[in-house]
Amino acid sequence: MTAEITEITREEHIVYRKTPALTGNVMHYCPGCSHGVIHKLVAEVIEEAGIRDKTIGVSPVGCSVLAYNYIDIDWAEAAHGRAPAVATGISRLHPEKYVFTYQGDGDLASIGTAEVMHACNRGENIVIIFVNNAIYGMTGGQMAPTTLVGQVTSTTPRGRDVKLNGFPMKITELLAQLDGTTYVTRQAVHTPPAIRKAKNALRKAFENTKKDKGTSFVEIVGTCSSGWKMTPVEANRWMVENMFPKYPLGDIKDI
Amino acid sequence: MAEIKLMKGNEVIAEAAIRCGCDGYFGYPITPQSEIMETLMAREPWKETGMVVLQAESEIAAINMVYGAAATGKKAMTSSSSPGISLKQEGLTYLAGAELPCLIVDVVRGGPGLGTIQPAQSDYFQATRGGGHGDYHLLVLAPASVQEMNDFVALGFELAFKYRNPVMILADGVIGQMMEKVRLDEYVPRWSDADIERVAGEWALTGKRKERERHVATSLELDAYKQEEFNHKLQAKYRRMEEHDTRHEELSCDDAEYIFVAYGSSARVCQKSVQLCREQGIKAGLFRPITLYPFPKRPLQALSRRAKGFLAVEMSAGQMIEDVRLAINGTVPAEHFGRYGGVIPTPDEIVEALKRQIIKT
Repeated sequence: MTAEITEITREEHIVYRKTPALTGNVMHYCPGCSHGVIHKLVAEVIEEAGIRDKTIGVSPVGCSVLAYNYIDIDWAEAAHGRAPAVATGISRLHPEKYVFTYQGDGDLASIGTAEVMHACNRGENIVIIFVNNAIYGMTGGQMAPTTLVGQVTSTTPRGRDVKLNGFPMKITELLAQLDGTTYVTRQAVHTPPAIRKAKNALRKAFENTKKDKGTSFVEIVGTCSSGWKMTPVEANRWMVENMFPKYPLGDIKDI
Repeated sequence: MAEIKLMKGNEVIAEAAIRCGCDGYFGYPITPQSEIMETLMAREPWKETGMVVLQAESEIAAINMVYGAAATGKKAMTSSSSPGISLKQEGLTYLAGAELPCLIVDVVRGGPGLGTIQPAQSDYFQATRGGGHGDYHLLVLAPASVQEMNDFVALGFELAFKYRNPVMILADGVIGQMMEKVRLDEYVPRWSDADIERVAGEWALTGKRKERERHVATSLELDAYKQEEFNHKLQAKYRRMEEHDTRHEELSCDDAEYIFVAYGSSARVCQKSVQLCREQGIKAGLFRPITLYPFPKRPLQALSRRAKGFLAVEMSAGQMIEDVRLAINGTVPAEHFGRYGGVIPTPDEIVEALKRQIIKT
């Protein structure tokens, strides 16, 4: 067995290597969570562009609050929802740097609505990565603005009722209306082809920063198997069947 | 040759920021301090020194822009007035928790709620006790003249970086709006990347290079014991501030039997009250705290050994009086006299209050 491992891990047999921009810390995310894959993509894009020393990330409050433990760059940890304002402060004083926020749906679409709207409207030269899994993960599965009608969460135990809770918010489409956004897209990471597309979208977003094109906004529809009370496989299926019709994948705006 | 001008307190804040090499101002309009951002926008310092000035969508956004800018080791500031400062409290506690240096100017108006746009000192507790959640303090400077509005900008940044702590200039509507002669500072260039490396190289987000660990500006610590350890570190810092950077001024206190304790505009009014008392044969003096946090406890204690009584004069219902009483610890009478809700006391009514409440004649 040991001999076999030695054989298959010989340099010429290695077909995939963890990008050096990932720290190697064990992630705290639940099995099946999309954050791990998305972190990897962000890290790879930064590493491949050779911009680790020029990139500053802004992490949110929510499950990805500890993103700074996983991607080996300088980070600011923002207050809940304020990441786009924090990124504005960094980017305005460091126009040569690549500044991005990494936010969940509660952080970006609920408490941080004003900050994201106005950062996009000013066309801040930043990348906003929005992970939408239609639930508050960190606090234990409460309703998010993006929670689907009828979706059961700990604060909508009988399902989201539009009379009580309003409608799922398509904030990405809203932000695409603003003149400051240059690239607005919605991606997913549930299959290898989807992962490749999501990575291309992230790469394009960072390239837009280099070209000083304004705000690039990449939504990634993800799963929260713990919050949804499903196995990872069930969660992926539920996402395809229920999330994608409401949040269709693809570019919404590309100038 | 020093440049001397007649200027408004608020305008001077803007001018001093440009001249001291401030890198970024982020603000939101609110009376009575809107002239700060207006002056900056008119001056266009980005053409002159490279300083960035940005009107944010809210006070909340403005203080978080400061958080981002300060995290990179640059000199960042914001300004507002009472209701706006309430909105900034979340950002302030995060700044204190992440130990980021920055400058906040609060030109106080009367409250509570939307209150009035007239001057007040009713936000002393909010400024000196922390204001937001958690065990933290801002270092608070209280200017009593337009000249000090100028001086405390550079001093504020110096102290902010010395302690890696947010510094607040706690002014009020009078100091912000009144015009006085002011001696402006010489221009100091903004810090270069090398300067930032020297001053803040251990923590600033300058982009992770191969030879160093990544820098993270955060106030999050999930381990309670580590968080307690961090709190110990903050408390030690506050004790260092108290030891080395407590500031105050005494007027006619050498032979004084009765001492007014007042800061900011109230101190200016009390100067006249001291003069009126002396004309009437009452040996009065004025003790003016310049740092409200740390409060100048020890010099006040020293005076309490020979004075017969203290009158804390504030444009509030009685806030600083608590620090005065803590300092003198019941050794002699200490009372409060205040006008508030935007009303400024007159020198005469302060003298009358001293007679009525302390001298009891």
